[in-house]
Amino acid sequence: MKFIPLIWAMLWRKKVRTSLTLLSILIAFLLFGMLQGVNSAFKQTIERSNVNRLVVTNKISITESLPYAYMSQIETIPGVQRVSHESWFGPYYQDPKNFIAAFPVEPEREFPAHPEYIVPKDQLTALEHTRDGAIIGAGLAKKYGWKIGDRIPLHSTIWVKAADGNSDWDFTIVGIYEDPNERSREDAMFFNYKYFDEARSFAKGKVGWYIVQVKDPSQSAQIAQEIDRRFANSPDETKTQTEKEFQQSFMKQIGDINLIVTYILFAVFFALLFAVGSTVMQAVREQVPELAVLKTLGFSDTRMLVLVLVQSLTLCVVAALLGLGLADLLFPMLRNTLGVVNMPATVIAEGVLMAALLAVATGIVPAWRAKRLVIVEALRS
Amino acid sequence: MIKQIVAVTSMNLRSLPQRIGTAWVIVIGIAVTVAVLVSVLAMAAGFQQTLKGTARADRAIVLRAGSQAELESTIDRQNAQTIMDAPGVRKDEAGRPIASAEVVVIVALPQKKDGSDANVTLRGVGPNAMKLRPELHLVAGRMFRPAVRELIVGKSAAAQFKGLDLGSKIAFRDSEWTVVGIFDSHGDAHESELQGDAETVQSAYRRNGYQSVTAMLDSAAAFDRFKGALTTDPTLKVDVRREADYYAAQSTNLSKLLNLLAYFVGGIMALGACSGALNTMYTAVSTRTLEIATLRAIGFSGTPIVISVLVESLLLAIVGSVIGSAAAWLFFNGNTVNTLGAGFSQVVFHLTVTASLLVSGVFVACTIGMLGGLLPAIRAARLPIATALRAS
Amino acid sequence: MTAMVSLKNVVKTYTRGKQLVEVLHHLDLQVADGDFVALMGPSGSGKTTVLNLIGGIDHPTSGEIIVAGERIDQLRGGALARWRSNNVGFVFQFYNLMPMLSAERNVELPLLLTSLSKGERMKRVRAALAVVSLEDRAKHKPSELSGGQAQRVAIARALVSDPKLLVCDEPTGDLDRATADEILHLLQVLNREYGKTIVMVTHDQKAADYATHTLHLDKGRFVQERQKTEA
Repeated sequence: MKFIPLIWAMLWRKKVRTSLTLLSILIAFLLFGMLQGVNSAFKQTIERSNVNRLVVTNKISITESLPYAYMSQIETIPGVQRVSHESWFGPYYQDPKNFIAAFPVEPEREFPAHPEYIVPKDQLTALEHTRDGAIIGAGLAKKYGWKIGDRIPLHSTIWVKAADGNSDWDFTIVGIYEDPNERSREDAMFFNYKYFDEARSFAKGKVGWYIVQVKDPSQSAQIAQEIDRRFANSPDETKTQTEKEFQQSFMKQIGDINLIVTYILFAVFFALLFAVGSTVMQAVREQVPELAVLKTLGFSDTRMLVLVLVQSLTLCVVAALLGLGLADLLFPMLRNTLGVVNMPATVIAEGVLMAALLAVATGIVPAWRAKRLVIVEALRS
Repeated sequence: MIKQIVAVTSMNLRSLPQRIGTAWVIVIGIAVTVAVLVSVLAMAAGFQQTLKGTARADRAIVLRAGSQAELESTIDRQNAQTIMDAPGVRKDEAGRPIASAEVVVIVALPQKKDGSDANVTLRGVGPNAMKLRPELHLVAGRMFRPAVRELIVGKSAAAQFKGLDLGSKIAFRDSEWTVVGIFDSHGDAHESELQGDAETVQSAYRRNGYQSVTAMLDSAAAFDRFKGALTTDPTLKVDVRREADYYAAQSTNLSKLLNLLAYFVGGIMALGACSGALNTMYTAVSTRTLEIATLRAIGFSGTPIVISVLVESLLLAIVGSVIGSAAAWLFFNGNTVNTLGAGFSQVVFHLTVTASLLVSGVFVACTIGMLGGLLPAIRAARLPIATALRAS
Repeated sequence: MTAMVSLKNVVKTYTRGKQLVEVLHHLDLQVADGDFVALMGPSGSGKTTVLNLIGGIDHPTSGEIIVAGERIDQLRGGALARWRSNNVGFVFQFYNLMPMLSAERNVELPLLLTSLSKGERMKRVRAALAVVSLEDRAKHKPSELSGGQAQRVAIARALVSDPKLLVCDEPTGDLDRATADEILHLLQVLNREYGKTIVMVTHDQKAADYATHTLHLDKGRFVQERQKTEA
């Protein structure tokens, strides 16, 4: 618009002050981007949970295992497409700090049950034919620089080998999988259950939990109930949930992240409101003679209101976008600590909305004053 | 010089009420920063405190070699006995070792707040457990009897979960367990647990071994002897740690995260508060341009001017930090937060706003105040007198 | 001769605290089209108030004001603002330029209220700057201009939308003698060659000498009218 040079010039009347205010807003939105980004990323992970899958755990807790025999029983339940299972291997690589999410599975069941994992067919075949083979996620491969063909020793914190009584297990990497929709899930490792069960010294014939792929997601609730009914009153009762519910309850146990983030952001924006509000009030007060001249030239009252509001909006939105952009850049740094990879785009939209609200909240009173400015009084001062 | 400083500073402070609007910006900005910093650090401190809680220098915990947490470890019956009989372990009047071979399992129970399930630790303890942990005492009900499916529950667990009141029954593993007592353990991690007789828990879970052995030593110095005996025994493959060290390691990850959060978020907020402070002080200086120029024309040197600006800035910062600390203390001190502990189950910890945290808060505030006031103060001192006098 | 400005029975009162102060008492005034009138009087006489009323930036308490054929005492808000932008150009004692805009952007301001294209606007800006002989200073900011140059930019701004009436409040009050003469000469040119009606408030008799006639105001009333014959 043709008024942009005027608005821009009015904004930068006092360079230092505008720069500092811009900085304050930028910083606040950097924080917003990172915190709300983490919050949103966690929520999204839950939302993206596959609706076609159920998780069957031991009713007591997930740390108790289930018998292998349950698998054939679950398969007979109507509505079940496919059953797979996973167990918690709990290894680290060289140093306890280098923890790896590794799962012994039956590849011909696990990978079809997880269509989001993209892996070349020949690699899958290789896993089925290599006893100590493993397919790792692209993220894991990148982290340690592992390639197909590498032999890696892992130390399990739980499982001891019957043969030699120690917990060092060797694996050969035969494949790499990708999860383009959820890059944070590319840090896992899958190997053969058979190798695991034969070699371990205790808990043979058991699995950690079952993954059940259902034919029709609208049947999930019934199928879940049926599974639990099938094993009620047995020595190992089950609890079946949708994958989404499972993730949610896990997240919940970590704590009310949402609450903490909201509390911090609330505090930040409260302070920001004060800071920006004070600056804008100050700026408009100083601009009074100039605003009077504009009115003299024929700028209507309403136009003055719009002018001040647009000034406020420009400052807030530009600063917010810069802050959010910076957050987006820094976000991948959190991958190692929190496992989230990309700042969700919705956060940027939310941020801009907040910036607009901030602009209106801080700008409305000064804008109103500008509208109501009486020329002769203002010129006199 | 001192007289000049005092004169200019008091003049400055007297004119502060006129600038009260912009002054609030510094106060609130710093208050908020300090409040967030202090409360997140209080969480970290509280968490560490809870886990470290009642750790004693003369208690040691033994896990299978390579295990980082009890849940990962297994120790069979024979080994457990060997460990309890090792040199350095204190004996009670009857000559039995004050030690406990323990089974640690997880139970999922519904929470009071929203009914959703969360994990709780169930610890099966040995017969001498009460002597091993004198800090643990019953506040209601009685101790469980051996070989009977009875439990005592920690105060925090009872508060967090449904169905853990005295006399309630919990069903799992095709059997019913009765809650017969509630215990207090000086706010440490055990208060978030359920405890029962080890043998009974073992049979219910169809297990044969233990997860850990905890032993009271003759003295703190006896640790090396105890550890030496165990690590040189060829039949054992164990790690021996002082209780304090074990708990410290347990809390590392979450503490690190919380500290990271505190400093990252706090740091960013401090930067924000700083730019707000700079803005305010620049405005303060420009409002006083005429006054400052006049002072300098009269003959006051630059130093009292700089100091007067810095004093104003510091004063506002301190007020801000007091408000922020008070807010953090008011809202959070003593509050409980619960999250996933290292044992994969819920740990309740108490937020503690300690004196040293408050001091850190003031320190941060003063730093911001100094940074916020410095540049404007220098500008004030270097104001070209003539132009300043003319411009008004 | 048609009257460009006509004040009939104009009264202006202010409230000062609890008191009502009558600044203009039943004033009548006629300014002919093409006139260059100087308004003089001691401070507090109400001359600036008369100027503000003529320029449409203030309202009379009662009475009629007709400027350029319009009853501006009856115009309000947006209509009055529009009228101003089309019909009046203001020149102030302290120039009142936007400090962060260049000379040409300052001159462009009134045109932002029209529907002219950018090209059209800049054409008129250049023309206005040419009239005041400042084309070479177009890109300079007010801080880079001398007092006289700044005032000329202000005059260019007042001219750019081609108003019939120029209203000047102590236009030479802040300038030295030589520069003041330049400015006053420029105003005279605008009046004689471009046909602009000019009403100028001044306390400087030498400035008033440039006008076609002078009106004296004292305590809200006209006291004398001196007609000056064409020089």
